[in-house]
Amino acid sequence: MPGPGGDRIAARGASIEARGLAIGYPEVDGRSAIVLSDVDLMVEQGDFLAILGPSGCGKSTLLRVVADLLPPLAGAISVLGMPPAHARSRREVAFVFQDPTLLPWRTVRQNVELPLQVGRENVTRPVEATSDELLALVGLAELADRYPDQLSGGQRQRVAIARALLCNPSILLMDEPFGALDEITRDRLNDELLAIWRRTGTTILFVTHSIMEAVYLGRRVLVLAADPGRVQEIVDLRPIKGASAGLSREAPEAVAAMARLRQLLAGQAS
Amino acid sequence: MRGRDSSRAFAAALPALGAASIILVWWVALPLFGVPSFIVPTPPAVAAKLAGEWRFLLANALPTVVESLLGFLFGNLIAIGLAILFVYSRHVRAAYFPVILFFNTIPVLALAPIIILIFGLGLLPKIIIAAIICFFPTLVNMVRGLTLATPNELELMHVLSASKAEVFWRLRAPRSVPLLFTSLKIAATTCVIGAVVGEWIGSNQGLGALIIQSTFNYQSDRLFAAVFLASSLALLFFGVVALAERWFIRARLA
Repeated sequence: MPGPGGDRIAARGASIEARGLAIGYPEVDGRSAIVLSDVDLMVEQGDFLAILGPSGCGKSTLLRVVADLLPPLAGAISVLGMPPAHARSRREVAFVFQDPTLLPWRTVRQNVELPLQVGRENVTRPVEATSDELLALVGLAELADRYPDQLSGGQRQRVAIARALLCNPSILLMDEPFGALDEITRDRLNDELLAIWRRTGTTILFVTHSIMEAVYLGRRVLVLAADPGRVQEIVDLRPIKGASAGLSREAPEAVAAMARLRQLLAGQAS
Repeated sequence: MRGRDSSRAFAAALPALGAASIILVWWVALPLFGVPSFIVPTPPAVAAKLAGEWRFLLANALPTVVESLLGFLFGNLIAIGLAILFVYSRHVRAAYFPVILFFNTIPVLALAPIIILIFGLGLLPKIIIAAIICFFPTLVNMVRGLTLATPNELELMHVLSASKAEVFWRLRAPRSVPLLFTSLKIAATTCVIGAVVGEWIGSNQGLGALIIQSTFNYQSDRLFAAVFLASSLALLFFGVVALAERWFIRARLA
């Protein structure tokens, strides 16, 4: 595993850079349904960017463009200085969906090892950890030979995270990964994710609709507005968090940041 | 544990008891209603025929076995191949699926004479009829099975930069396995029907030919013995496929 996140930020430059980006879905009559436009965004290596916004503002769609699941309609985006498709084929980017998307006929270990069996053509990044090490990292070492339907929702999402980490990605995209979990499990997984981020120094883009989750996890929070979808503000939490992003949920600074974000989101509604 | 074992044995014995009761009613009712034995034979008469003529019956079962097995093999292989083609080419699917649907509405009894007419009286036309009868359920099931992968799973494969072949072998094919075994179980019994129907129309050997000849000659005991063998054959095929399915699932779970 690489060193702490702080070194990496200093050593490396931009992870994701977007200019005048417009994203959305092509429609049948040749026109397009724009979901999000005029996105100017710069994410440093090792950053933890929480993406917050109302439904339909294009939070998930933004991640899909970074992951090369959707081409941008206009503007420019580069991932590690490359077009998203290149970064994807070189295995620089991993995606954790809201649904863990485990293959039910594979054991936990076999699911984690799926990235070793497909799409290895252009991969130059070395695999640094074995599936067993990663399963230990997410606390599932004992369950490696179980099948997904024998696991709880939280355990399944942990498997999905281990699978994403197996490729040793520079960028981890997470689309409301804990949205379907109960609050206790979600809090625990938030702590585990922060620990993993500190250990690996991976850049994380984390979509959520929970203000508390955004403040607890993010070093910065990208606030999106809907109708029309646009970037409203980027709230920098680094001043209140320091280098390693530690801050309890009840700390006065965290509560103040949450109130500020709530205000920003409520302001959109009026 | 002992109680559970005996209740399991009881559960296994129930179908045998059910069959025995029906045979008993058949046995008792025949003389009661005055049905002559050349119309419907008694169970012991059928059993005696099976025991006495087993060599002759088995000699006639052999071509039926060959025809149904080859029909099963080719019918399913072609169906699976076409299903893969349909899944990957929407145009081919749009062009040929309606035609195949139309062919499927032709009763096999109407199709069989045409095939015999074209391919003569040998084994080939029977294999073709058995294959046709297996083909359609497998095609429909496999087209469905190979498209069962969810959008999320396909996106996961895309993010992992999986090639088309990898998506097929790692995702689509394993997703379709339950439906594959469902179709094979259907085909295991219908392929025997196809072979027997083919033999009815034009053949002097095989269980189908035996059924037709014994009917015309009022050899009801031989007719029933042939019917019994044909259905045993279908059951045997079904059992082999079911065993293969269990073995496959267990191998995967091991």
